Amino acid sequence: MDDVTSEFDLVLQAFWLTIQLAALSGVVSLVLGTVLAAMRVGPVAPFRLAATTYVNVVRNTPLLIVFVFVFVAFPNLGLLVGTPFLLKGVVAVSLYTAPFVCEAIRAGINAVPLGQAEAARAIGLTFGQTMGNVVLPQAFRAAVPPLASVLIAMTKNTSIAAVFGLMEATARMRYFTNNSADDTVIFLVFALGYIIIVETLSAGAWGLERRWRVAR
Amino acid sequence: MSSVLFDSPGPRTRARHRTYSIVAGVVLAAALVGVVLFLQDRGELEYELWEPFVTPDYLEALVLDGLVNTLQMAATAVLMAVVIGVVLGVGKLSDHRLVRWPCWLVVEFFRAVPLLLLIVFIFFAYGTGGGIGSYWSVVIGLTLYNGAVLAEVFRAGVLAVPRGQAEAAYALGMRKTQVMVTVLLPQAVKIMLPAIISQCVVALKDTSLGYYVLAPGLTTVGRSIWQEFGNQFQTATVLAATYIALNFLLSMLATWAQRRFVGERSQTPALGIGTGGRDAGQPMGGGGAFGGQATGGA
Repeated sequence: MDDVTSEFDLVLQAFWLTIQLAALSGVVSLVLGTVLAAMRVGPVAPFRLAATTYVNVVRNTPLLIVFVFVFVAFPNLGLLVGTPFLLKGVVAVSLYTAPFVCEAIRAGINAVPLGQAEAARAIGLTFGQTMGNVVLPQAFRAAVPPLASVLIAMTKNTSIAAVFGLMEATARMRYFTNNSADDTVIFLVFALGYIIIVETLSAGAWGLERRWRVAR
Repeated sequence: MSSVLFDSPGPRTRARHRTYSIVAGVVLAAALVGVVLFLQDRGELEYELWEPFVTPDYLEALVLDGLVNTLQMAATAVLMAVVIGVVLGVGKLSDHRLVRWPCWLVVEFFRAVPLLLLIVFIFFAYGTGGGIGSYWSVVIGLTLYNGAVLAEVFRAGVLAVPRGQAEAAYALGMRKTQVMVTVLLPQAVKIMLPAIISQCVVALKDTSLGYYVLAPGLTTVGRSIWQEFGNQFQTATVLAATYIALNFLLSMLATWAQRRFVGERSQTPALGIGTGGRDAGQPMGGGGAFGGQATGGA
């Protein structure tokens, strides 16, 4: 306990790394996931096949194994050798999260009622107008709640970077724990840190959802 | 072949799409060949590096020490998590604030804390020395996390049982406990079975975290294999393939349970797994994603 209070800056540093990891991975996996979703709903069959395969394979692989590939196997093949650990962590987390983002976006597109597109066509909108003005805005709004839960899970998943030598929050807790009665307090301090991050995210998502709630 | 979003493509558009498909196919095939050539060039496809996975001794270690332990951990954790999930889920629905709030607190806490943090804490606070050991640290961590998730699942399941069922049971003169145990829970479990099986996939994937505390399991056996042979890439591939195969079986089971116990009509995308490729046969274009789901719900 004394360690945690006297070296609280170390705790903050560790959470700062967790936040960096989560923010960077969030941006990268949103981009990758959108590309995957576009490939999965698009007209080009090989892309559709490739994206579907990627999604099904990666979704069923444990994140830890993805980390093993990026941190252990690839350097052994001469790939990603001099890359900073933070960047490798972002690569691993993003590769793993992108399929979940893809599925959330697809669920959003599927949630738009068929009648919306039919009505848009009936009043003579072109394909671009139908998609741009009617379907996609609603799809994006419908995708906010599932995307939020994907991003929250991703933030918690960044803890696996601890296994591969990134000094983020979980690794820092490992460093503080010393098999004494204080361990519970130390755990609660770190748990609280994660809870604050997660609750901030879900409050943000809830705010967006409430602001964009479409009357249906 | 017409879509809601645009007129059916004419011969020109179809030809254009065909060109795209061929070009994309060639590019992807080239990328695949490139990867294989790269691996060949690095000597990663040499037989020696894959040999451990066809040698009976190592295969036995992988199956007995790895696979069996992993499956055991996942199964134990899921069974205990179902029990905890029912207790917490029903507790969250309780009429008494003194029961409801602690249950809510416990569920929210274990859902928000990363599983690895939980496992690390359990292992280093209670597992080392004469403690419960790494195996049970992982199992208990998995149980607490999945129990909290399943509590939400069960709560949603009980709330999804039609209101008339509980009302009818009360009208017959049943008590609150009787209504819950004999009427609501059996129906909720039936509705929630696919979600429970999907949670098994999550639990199975999360057993890999035992790697950090050296718990027995596939990833730990994998590490000792690659430390001996220096075949990191090959071991990771075999481990990934094993997990993917197991999860695929579970996903198939979930789809079957969905069809058998819940019926076709509720195609909740939240259950996610196994619905991949539903739109594969849909018309081309962005409209392909409007499939059965949008029309099925109402």
